[in-house]
Amino acid sequence: MLEYLWAFIIGGAICAVGQVLIDYTKLTPARILTGFVVAGVLLSALGLYKPLIELAGGGATVPLTGFGHLLAEGIRKAVDEKGWLGVFSGGLTASSAGITAAVLFGLAAAAVFKPKDK
Amino acid sequence: MKITPELYKDMTEQYAPKSKSYVNISFAFLIGGGICLLGEGLLNLFEYFGLDTQEAGSWTSIILVFLSALFTGLGWYEKIARHAGAGTLVPITGFANGVTSPAIEARTEGWILGVGSKIFTIAGPVILYGTAASVVYGLCLQIVRCIMGDQ
Repeated sequence: MLEYLWAFIIGGAICAVGQVLIDYTKLTPARILTGFVVAGVLLSALGLYKPLIELAGGGATVPLTGFGHLLAEGIRKAVDEKGWLGVFSGGLTASSAGITAAVLFGLAAAAVFKPKDK
Repeated sequence: MKITPELYKDMTEQYAPKSKSYVNISFAFLIGGGICLLGEGLLNLFEYFGLDTQEAGSWTSIILVFLSALFTGLGWYEKIARHAGAGTLVPITGFANGVTSPAIEARTEGWILGVGSKIFTIAGPVILYGTAASVVYGLCLQIVRCIMGDQ
């Protein structure tokens, strides 16, 4: 049960950091999302993100910093196996399921739902 | 009186309700934590059915992205996001919302240059700079490998 508590606390805390950025800086949502992904790559490269995932599971993988970690870990594995080619192929290979799901379901939603009146 | 964009911004900021930051941060924490809790539940469910950690993670992302696209289409995601702020923005469901929402809005502009390009309004920068950052990291790793001599 403790893992669920940590997932809630760590996941909530990462989102709270995002809210602080919204309230106290003029960063737009697109910049915050991009920043979180790049931060995830950086934290993973420094070896700081893996321990967080071991502690919090979904609390660390569900926020977009987890997406950055996925990119970094994909690169790390691909470079080990394929060398220079891995530098090019590793990141998107690891994140392909999430990206494909997002654009596919986005396209399906655009086909099914009508735009709302603002 | 000539109204410049800066002046207009000052005027609107003066009358816009100041939202209380500690309330925003609490809501972001609770709802963001809740989405992560759902993710943790899905992870454990998939691992229970025998998938390894990586496969379970991928399926969890796919399900969360699907739910987010559905909620966005029904107009529910926006309603939750109004209170949750970063709580619905920072999780992968926020990324999916950023993909789905402009795609639906762009339907009137056609399928190629409307939906086809607007679907990447948020996904584009996220994927571009995420990939670029990971390539920088990959280059560092590969250069270290070459120096160590076990290419």
